[in-house]
Amino acid sequence: MLAVIGLIIGIVIALMWQPDLPPWLQPYLPIMIVAALDALIGAWRSSLEHTFSDRVFAVSFVSNVVIAAIIVWIGDLIGVGSQLSTAVLVVLGIRIFTNAASIRRQVLHA
Amino acid sequence: MLEWLRGALRPSRKQVLLAVVMCLLGMSLVLQMRNGGHGNQYSGMRRDDLVQLLDTLNAETEQLNREVSELEATRDQLESGADANQVAAHEAQARADELAILAGTRGASGPGVRITISAPSATVSADLLLDAVQELRDAGAEVIEINDSVRLVAQSWITDEDGLVIDGQKVQLPIVIDAIGDPHSLAEGARFRGGLVSQVESSKVGGSVEIQTPDSIEVTSIHSLHAPEHARPA
Repeated sequence: MLAVIGLIIGIVIALMWQPDLPPWLQPYLPIMIVAALDALIGAWRSSLEHTFSDRVFAVSFVSNVVIAAIIVWIGDLIGVGSQLSTAVLVVLGIRIFTNAASIRRQVLHA
Repeated sequence: MLEWLRGALRPSRKQVLLAVVMCLLGMSLVLQMRNGGHGNQYSGMRRDDLVQLLDTLNAETEQLNREVSELEATRDQLESGADANQVAAHEAQARADELAILAGTRGASGPGVRITISAPSATVSADLLLDAVQELRDAGAEVIEINDSVRLVAQSWITDEDGLVIDGQKVQLPIVIDAIGDPHSLAEGARFRGGLVSQVESSKVGGSVEIQTPDSIEVTSIHSLHAPEHARPA
């Protein structure tokens, strides 16, 4: 419940305040969002499996986001930024689908 | 219901953490959507992509510049062609003017002499007049006119069978010959011993010759031209 309220508050803040993204962050924000989604789905799965730990969730969320951004940043530095961002997206996508599959098994038993 | 309310009022650490994370996620999602939605379409692109885009644009610019210079060259060519046409037209016009004066189809003016021959009628023969004309031509006369009415051209003819007739027109005395050319040469051509003046003033003809050299002589009579019937350019 509180999570939904938090999501709504975040959306409203972004719409009202309309902060300008710092330009150096702009290329990394999409990757960071996907990483956050991955952490979120992982958390959902672990809570369904009754292994959820808020400490692990917080650390994995932050580290996922930061590591994804750093990988793409390094890729940009050495000239393979677009390829590396594709690689990160593929890996995160696979993880999201895997987690989604076990969530589906838990919830729907199918 | 009560339990649910209690849970909402006294949230656990877990829920607060989740709420904060969701808040951050929502913010970044909206920001990213706004950015991609109606931001500058290039602001989200990577350096490599931008460089490639720039290369493409540069190549395109180069090609368009090449096209521009080609078209400019074509334009210059056409312009110079128009110039050449104009020059040719000018030259043709100048040549037409020359030929018009030669053929006597246009009036002319310039320095020259006006020779007036006064004599008793019937003593001025066609031979005498022909000699006079030949001498004037020899002295460089470019345009010759008799009595302000007959233009002498290449086809002109002179006869005295029934009075003095030039090109079918009767010529009355006194005869006035207008000749355009170098006035000094023309006057000398008429005056030399055995020339026009001495012939006319001889006892045989018994006339007198007056030679004037006005600054400008106007020749207004025109020889009407007939298209050649038999002759063709070879």
